[in-house]
Amino acid sequence: MGAVSLTDIVKRFGSFTAVQRMSMDIPEGSFVTLLGPSGCGKTTTLRMIAGLIDPSEGEITIKGKRVNDVPIHKRNLGLVFQNYALFPHKTIAQNVAFGLKYRDLSKADMDRKVRDVLDLVQLPHVADRYPKQLSGGQQQRIALARAIVIEPDVLLLDEPLSALDANLREDMRVELKRIQHRIGITTVFVTHDQSEALAMSDRVVVMSDGRIEQVGTPEDVYNTPASEFVSRFLGISNILSATSKGANAGGLSLELPVFGQITVPKEKAPHVEGAGPVKLVIRAEKLLLTDLSAPRDERAAFDGVVEAVDYQGQAARYFVRVGDQQLQAINMIDERPFQEGETVSVRFRPRDCAALPGAPS
Amino acid sequence: MSVEARERRQPWILLSPALTAIGLLLFVPLFFIVVYSFWLRTATGADQAGFYLDNWNEALTDPFYRDILFSTLRIAAITTVACAVLGYPAAYFIARSKGNKALLLLLLMLPFWISYIIRTMSWINILGVSGAVNWVLLNLGITSEPIQMLYNEPTVILGLVHFLLPFMVLNVYVALEGVDVSLEDAACSLGSTRWQAFREVTLPLSLPGLAAGGLLCFVLSAGTYITPLVLGGPTDAMYANLVFEAIITQLNWPLGSALSLMLLGVLGALVLVYNHYLGMGQLMKGLG
Repeated sequence: MGAVSLTDIVKRFGSFTAVQRMSMDIPEGSFVTLLGPSGCGKTTTLRMIAGLIDPSEGEITIKGKRVNDVPIHKRNLGLVFQNYALFPHKTIAQNVAFGLKYRDLSKADMDRKVRDVLDLVQLPHVADRYPKQLSGGQQQRIALARAIVIEPDVLLLDEPLSALDANLREDMRVELKRIQHRIGITTVFVTHDQSEALAMSDRVVVMSDGRIEQVGTPEDVYNTPASEFVSRFLGISNILSATSKGANAGGLSLELPVFGQITVPKEKAPHVEGAGPVKLVIRAEKLLLTDLSAPRDERAAFDGVVEAVDYQGQAARYFVRVGDQQLQAINMIDERPFQEGETVSVRFRPRDCAALPGAPS
Repeated sequence: MSVEARERRQPWILLSPALTAIGLLLFVPLFFIVVYSFWLRTATGADQAGFYLDNWNEALTDPFYRDILFSTLRIAAITTVACAVLGYPAAYFIARSKGNKALLLLLLMLPFWISYIIRTMSWINILGVSGAVNWVLLNLGITSEPIQMLYNEPTVILGLVHFLLPFMVLNVYVALEGVDVSLEDAACSLGSTRWQAFREVTLPLSLPGLAAGGLLCFVLSAGTYITPLVLGGPTDAMYANLVFEAIITQLNWPLGSALSLMLLGVLGALVLVYNHYLGMGQLMKGLG
């Protein structure tokens, strides 16, 4: 049993069901991310683990102990909020020491722990300041310090980076992961930002409409999406309608309009059974655009016309038409980006594709 | 005219209507009252201009005036505490209620649609000898004679609380609205109970509102004369009643001026002391 486990959790708000029969196990010491668009139930799930709201049905255990009826202040959790929720009328040292007051500690022990944790978040010099005197990134570190100083069983992070600006967010991402790794604490992280989820997590739980869509390592969910939702939510994907001709020795044989016959390895189509309609998922960055004259390799090649270019500096996103299909390709720029109206060779490896059962929605 | 000169003048142009109104309606009359307080009312009933200290001597030393000043401050203090105790939970409820805040606030404002005097007099219909409470007591046979519940200090305080409670609730409400709900959640996650979280976080952060509401209630109740006139007995006069009596009944404007300046001075001094200890600056320290 994991550090945190949810069994058949349901949460209803009036007639609206925010979380629909959800079960998951979070292993001790792991960094698990609940990822999904707003309204998918990820924050509701986190708040149920925290004890801020009660599940309508189901059981929550922390370290093997059922906590449904344990009030929040007895759950021994570290909670970090999106807006930091630092106490504005207390100094940084008082903020960090707040949770220690409720744990039998001597004054000397408390002071030592506050000093140590401020060192850990690399802000040893701000103890006597007030939260308003710190920058957003510093406040975020203090919120984290206040949560971990009580040595909680689980650290719960509710979109902690979304109030920071872009560059700082990436720095904090690394910092947060470093601290989590150092103290080895079980962490549940809620975000709608796929790059945060992919960069930080041991495991990603992709959610939509109160349900789990997929659980897996960042590579799993990115490269082998279990549903059309996951493939659309993570990165940019081309989803093409295809027909399965059934499995053969090389993998799953698919028939596509325009692109013809393609064989996808079986492990890239774990959910497809036998013949019938399927969806072929090609990641935008796996679709390579080259000059027509470029030498052929193992990739399948088709002629296409660039219809629009979204220039991004080191890379560009192209909208390219092949036959009657419009595809998106993200390529690094070599010397110059392709221009609108240019005819290019559109190439991809069948083994980079994934197949999902059913027709595209 | 340079741009800088124009920008410097702009705030004064915008402030000029307000400054004119305050100057003409507040400072000029106040100046006249100060002048009046040094005049003397002669036996013939005419006011004699000059610089006499008789009125001030009377206002400062007469034990009758001093006693009423103290009981006025006592009534104001009790009223303020009662408003805080009754008003804070109501404000907390409104600030934390999920929907219908607008409706609750409207209900709070509703009494202001009726004249303060009429609201004060409504207590006669409730607590008077032929009022609702006595009617119920008589009909239930709990008492055979109507009980006189009005015209004493408690009913004066009751009337004042009735009048001033919305001011307290609104002030506390505004302060609580500014306190992030997740602060209490954060405190609870760190190990404090809901009550401890309230005491450690929400209450201190809402103190500026409580202090502002308290000041308003105190000053307004210390300066009232309608409530003791309607709901008080002959011995329940408050300080403003003395001013009313001197100016309206005895037509002794010089004495009334001195008495009203006395009240103004005492309340002003209290506000300064209050501001020093519970002032906004003090409470907001550290909030940046």
